[in-house]
Amino acid sequence: MLKFPIYLDHNATTPCDPRVVEAMIPYFTNNFGNAASRNHPFGWQAEEAVDYAREQVAKLIGADPKEIIFTSGATEADNLAIKGVFEMYASKGNHIITCNIEHKAVLDTCKHIEKEGGEVTYLKVKDNGLVDLAELEAAIKPTTILIAIMYANNEIGTINPMKEISAIAKKHGVLVFSDAVQAVGKIPVDVNKDGIDLMAFTAHKMYGPKGVGALYVRRKNPRVKVTAQMDGGGHERGMRSGTLNVPGIVGFGKACEICMNEMEEETKRVSKLRDKLQTELLKVEESYLNGDKEHKLPHVTNISFKYVEGEGLLMGFNKNIALSSGSACTSASLEPSYVLKALGLGDDLAHSSLRFGLGRFTTEDQIDYTVEQVTATVNKLREMSPLWEMYKEGIDMNSIEWAHH
Amino acid sequence: MSYSEKVIDHYQNPKNVGTLDKSKSNVGTGLVGAPECGDVMRLQIEVDEATGLIKDAKFKTFGCGSAIASSSLATEWLKGKSIDEAIAIDNMAIVEELNLPPVKIHCSVLAEDAIKAAINDYRQKNGQESLKFNESVVH
Repeated sequence: MLKFPIYLDHNATTPCDPRVVEAMIPYFTNNFGNAASRNHPFGWQAEEAVDYAREQVAKLIGADPKEIIFTSGATEADNLAIKGVFEMYASKGNHIITCNIEHKAVLDTCKHIEKEGGEVTYLKVKDNGLVDLAELEAAIKPTTILIAIMYANNEIGTINPMKEISAIAKKHGVLVFSDAVQAVGKIPVDVNKDGIDLMAFTAHKMYGPKGVGALYVRRKNPRVKVTAQMDGGGHERGMRSGTLNVPGIVGFGKACEICMNEMEEETKRVSKLRDKLQTELLKVEESYLNGDKEHKLPHVTNISFKYVEGEGLLMGFNKNIALSSGSACTSASLEPSYVLKALGLGDDLAHSSLRFGLGRFTTEDQIDYTVEQVTATVNKLREMSPLWEMYKEGIDMNSIEWAHH
Repeated sequence: MSYSEKVIDHYQNPKNVGTLDKSKSNVGTGLVGAPECGDVMRLQIEVDEATGLIKDAKFKTFGCGSAIASSSLATEWLKGKSIDEAIAIDNMAIVEELNLPPVKIHCSVLAEDAIKAAINDYRQKNGQESLKFNESVVH
């Protein structure tokens, strides 16, 4: 029996795994101590729990526990990495390279850096959503201090070649930061094999709680330092002050441990469902896959259904299926997704896109139902779409003088 | 953001979806919006030449639920009205009837524009001058 609503928006957030919640609960009540209280058992217990979680988190990404800085989430980690490097390495240079489909937490932080006198290059990604390595290398200057490229994109799921990116960076003595929110816990990520110097990730995208994330900061080859962005008690080796969110961190640790143990099995199962969903939906006439077909997260697909508008499409089933659209008909600007536009998609296709994010608890029944509902709604809306009628009559839509508003 | 019940009802059971024969002299067609903006409305009226009243109205819309509902409602209101009455339909009446939130007001504006464009097309076909309308404010 299907239970509604079905959740297919796992790139936005994931539910907590019940095993994670179970691990967290004692740290709200009995073991409520402050991890910085050094003089009594409550503090010792909390500190021990945080240390253990730090090991669980570090292990998932192949890091040393001392290289993990707990934060309130990935946005804070993005800010700390970029602003922290910019300030710490000011004597070396002021140039940062990033790309135009990064998450807003990276893009807006870079905008801030520009206001502070920094220089930022925003690389245009290729039509498949991947960074062009030749362009990346060409953008490096003597003043470049950081390359900030996301591991995997949140809207289209494409995975950047981090090893190649870091090899280029190393050649030029530039640090590499990666926002790896969507990748960690979903695919094998190893900061040493991937050559990453700083990396942001968060618990709530991997079946852990909201409000806790981490910044990985390399300690060896090279030893990386960031300037703290929050002043206070000098927690987290002085890089992030603030009382540690012990229950959150415990949950984060447990979530990482589960991902580590079950990733292989889960990837097999989820990618099979994703492939089914993708194959079935691409059978719909005039439907297009967005982003690279191969270099892609196992649980994500993004498809445009030409001649129907994304938000209108969602309305056909959003009582029963939770999905996300690249269309933003809610703002005055009516701007569709900047990520899809960066891939060179026309606004019409960008407005017609749906993002599917499958997860640990997604079932085949849910996928079958989703295929049926999406297909039926696309067909229904095309029956009332003037663009579909024109397309069917062979009218060239570019020949029409649209009243742009 | 959740939709009002009226928007949902029009979306699920749109009234007057379809196409009228635009080659007929008593049919006026208005096509407004642009695919790049995420909404395109085509609204058509058929005028009874004996009475001067709108005897049929049809629409097709590419857009969000509010755009579909606005055009569906507009066609319902148009039927049985004279051209003068149709010209007087104001987008804010659509906003009120459908309970549209501020971010969706442009959908009602588009519907009003579509009505006016259809009327002008009808007038031109019948040797009358196009009416000049004030530029819509909310776009």
